[in-house]
Amino acid sequence: MLHIKDLSVSINGKTILKGFNLDVKPGEVHAIMGPNGTGKSTLAAVIAGREMFDVDHGEISYRGQDLLEMAPEIRAREGIFLGFQYPVEIPGVSMANFMRTALNEKRKYLGLEPLSGAEFLKLMEEKKNLVEIHSKLTNRSVNEGFSGGEKKKNEIFQMAMLEPKLAILDETDSGLDIDALKVVANGVNKLRSSENATIVITHYQRLLDYIVPDFVHVLFDGRIVKSGGKELALELESKGYEWIKKEANGVAAN
Amino acid sequence: MEDKSNDLLEEVTGGEYKYGFYTDIEMDQAPKGLTEDTIRFISARKNEPEFMLDIRLKAFRHWKTLKEPRWAQVEYPPIDYQDIIYYSAPRKKEQLQSLEEVDPELLKTFEKLGIPLEEQKMLAGVAVDAVMDSESVATTFRSSLAEKGIIFCSFSEAIREHPELVQKYMGTVVPYTDNFFAALNTAVFSDGSFVYIPKGVRSPMELSTYFRINAANTGQFERTLIVAEEGSYVSYMEGCTAPIRDENQLHAAIVEIIAHKDAEVKYSTVQNWWPGDKDGKGGIYNFVTKRGICEGENSKISWTQVETGSAITWKYPSLILRGNNSTGEFYSVAVTNNHQQADTGTKMIHLGKNTRSTIISKGISAGHSNNSYRGLVKTTRKAENARNFSQCDSLLLGDKCGAHTFPYIEVGNRSSIVEHEATTSKISEDQLFYCLQRGIDMESAIGLIVNGYAKEVLSKLPMEFAVEAQKLLSISLEGSVG
Ligand SMILES: Nc1ncnc2c1ncn2[C@@H]1O[C@H](COP(=O)(O)OP(=O)(O)O)[C@@H](O)[C@H]1O
Ligand SMILES: [Mg+2]
Repeated sequence: MLHIKDLSVSINGKTILKGFNLDVKPGEVHAIMGPNGTGKSTLAAVIAGREMFDVDHGEISYRGQDLLEMAPEIRAREGIFLGFQYPVEIPGVSMANFMRTALNEKRKYLGLEPLSGAEFLKLMEEKKNLVEIHSKLTNRSVNEGFSGGEKKKNEIFQMAMLEPKLAILDETDSGLDIDALKVVANGVNKLRSSENATIVITHYQRLLDYIVPDFVHVLFDGRIVKSGGKELALELESKGYEWIKKEANGVAAN
Repeated sequence: MEDKSNDLLEEVTGGEYKYGFYTDIEMDQAPKGLTEDTIRFISARKNEPEFMLDIRLKAFRHWKTLKEPRWAQVEYPPIDYQDIIYYSAPRKKEQLQSLEEVDPELLKTFEKLGIPLEEQKMLAGVAVDAVMDSESVATTFRSSLAEKGIIFCSFSEAIREHPELVQKYMGTVVPYTDNFFAALNTAVFSDGSFVYIPKGVRSPMELSTYFRINAANTGQFERTLIVAEEGSYVSYMEGCTAPIRDENQLHAAIVEIIAHKDAEVKYSTVQNWWPGDKDGKGGIYNFVTKRGICEGENSKISWTQVETGSAITWKYPSLILRGNNSTGEFYSVAVTNNHQQADTGTKMIHLGKNTRSTIISKGISAGHSNNSYRGLVKTTRKAENARNFSQCDSLLLGDKCGAHTFPYIEVGNRSSIVEHEATTSKISEDQLFYCLQRGIDMESAIGLIVNGYAKEVLSKLPMEFAVEAQKLLSISLEGSVG
C-alpha cells in the first residue's frame, strides 16, 4: 500500500530524514517510535503533502501511484488521513460544517452524490458514539476551546467519518489520561480492517498495549535504526532510547 | 447559539426563494450634465409635486458650493459631474431567448450562488415564462401588507400617493446639507423605496425578497426611507448577491430610517456591485449615506451589511440614539480583493440616557486591496450611562493587501462607557493545511475559514440571505491565494 524508498527530506536546508525506508501493506499496523526531534512528525507531514518540507531524494508510492505528485487534498480524498500532533483551531467553523464539507468533497471526488443533511447527521451520531465524544462537541468550532483530550478524540472522530485507507496518527496518545487513551485506542481498533493500514507514531510504549502493532520501528536521526515485532516496544521501554542511540552510533561507526 | 444541526437541516432543505415583481418602465433620457434645467426635467418627468422640485433645487444650489470629499483612504480619478446622464430609463436590455445566450461566466456565478433557474433568467435578461410574470404575486404580497396598513412602495409612488409622509420625514435624518454626495442625491435622485409601518404593527414578512430582481436595475441615485411608528417592527433587506454590472460608474444612495418609541427596525443589506476587472478597471464607485435615528424611547435599529463589491466603497451607516434607552447595532463584513478599496465604518451618536450601541466590524482583505474601518462613537453631555462596545477585526489574505482601523471616540459624559477592541489576523498555513488534509481544496478552505471569521455578523442576516452571503464571500475571494 505504501512504499517509501530512500527518502531524504529537509527544511530550510536542514536535513531531517536521511534515506528513510518503509513498507506498509493493507491490514498492517506499524508503530514508529523514537525520541523527540528525530523526524517522526516530518515523516507524517511529508506523506500528507505539506509543502514546507523539501523532498530532496527518494520515492513514495501509495496504492500504485506516485504520492509525491499528488496534491495534499487529493491524497486525503484517496484515503490518507493524518491525525495531527497539534490539531489547529478554526474559529467560527463548526465541526459539523467542517466535516460535512470534507466528506462531500471526498464523495464528489469519488463520483458519489453528496450526503443529505439528514444522512450526514445520522452518520455523525454513529461515529461520535464510536469515540465517545460529547454530542455538543460537533456544534463547537473546530478544536476551539477543546481540551487536549478532546482534540485527540476529535482527530479519531474525523478519521472515523472519513474512513481512510491509510491513517497516520501522530502522537495521538500524548497528553491523554488512561481512560481517554482507551477510548482513542478502541476507536482505532474498531476501524481496523484487512484493507486498511495504520501508522501509529508515539514515543511511549503505553499506547501499544491497546493498539497492538504488527511492526515496531525505531526512528533515530532521520532513519529507521531498528525494526521488530511488538516486543521491540517493550524492550525499548525497559532499556530506554540511550540503548538505541548507542546501537545506532555503533552502526554508524562500523 | 441556536442548534447547529437545525441550521444545517435548514440549509439543506430551506431557503426557497419567493419571487417578487419587476418593473420595466420605458423612459427617455435627460441631456448630459447637471444644471437647474436637468433637475426641472427630472422632476417634470416624474410628475412630482412642487415641494419636491423645491427640495431638489435647494439641494442642487447647495451642492454647487461644495467640494468632493477626499479624506477617505481611497484613490480614484476625478469624477466629471458634467459628463454624467442624470436621468435615463433603465436601459431596456435586449431580450435573450434562452440561458444559452448568456455569458457563461455569469451563469457560473449564478450557479455557485445557488440562484434558482427561473430567477437566473430574470437577472440575465432572458425572456421569462408567463408563470414567472409576477405581477400577481406582487399584488397579493402588497395587499396582505396593506391590510395591516403597511406602505411599501417605490419612492416615486410615495411622493405621489403619500406626499404628507414624504414631506414630513424625507431629509430629516440625512439633510441635503449633510455631505457632498447627499446633496447630489437629493438633487437628482431617481427612485428607491419607501416603507411605513403604522403604530403597533409588526410586519408579517421580511420586506425584501423581490429586491434582488429590482436591484439589478437600481438607479444611480437611489433613496430609501423607512419610518417605523410607535411599537412597530420591521425587518428590511435589500441588495443583491448576484454581481450587478452597471454602465453608471458613480452610485450615491441615501437611506434614512426613523424608529419611534418602542419601534424596532432591522436593516440588512448584501451588496455586490461590480468591482471591476482584476486590475480594478470599470468597477462601480459606491458613495452612500445611510443613517438611522432612534427617535423614541426604547427604540432600536440594527444595521447588518455584507459588502463584497464595488471598485470603491465609501459607506458609513450611522445611528443617532436620541430616545432614552434606545439601542443601536452595527454588524458589518466588508471584503476587498484585487484592487478594490473600501472605506467604511459607522457612527454611533449617543444623545439619550442609557443608550446602548454595539459595533462588530469584520474586514477581509485580499489581493492588492485596501480595507479601512472608520468608526466614530460619540456620547454627548446628556447621554448619561451611555454604553458602547466596538470590535473591529481585520483578516488579511496574502501580504499585498492592507487593513486600517481608525477609531474615533468622543466621550462627553463621565458616566458613559466606551470599549474598543481591534485585532488583525492572517489565515495561518496550519489552518489551511488542516483543511487540505481533510480533502478540502484551497478555495473551499479559504471560504470556510473566512465564513467562520465572519460568522458573528452573518448570523444576524435573515436566513435566506445568510446562506447566499456565505457563498458570496467565498466567491469574492476566489483566486486570492495562489
Ligand atoms: N517548520 C520547521 N522549521 C524548522 N525546523 C523544523 C520544522 N519542523 C520541524 N523541524 C525540525 O525537524 C526536526 C524533526 O522534527 P519533528 O519531525 O517534529 O520531530 P518529532 O516529531 O520526531 O519530534 C527537529 O529538529 C525540528 O526542530
Ligand atoms: Mg512530533
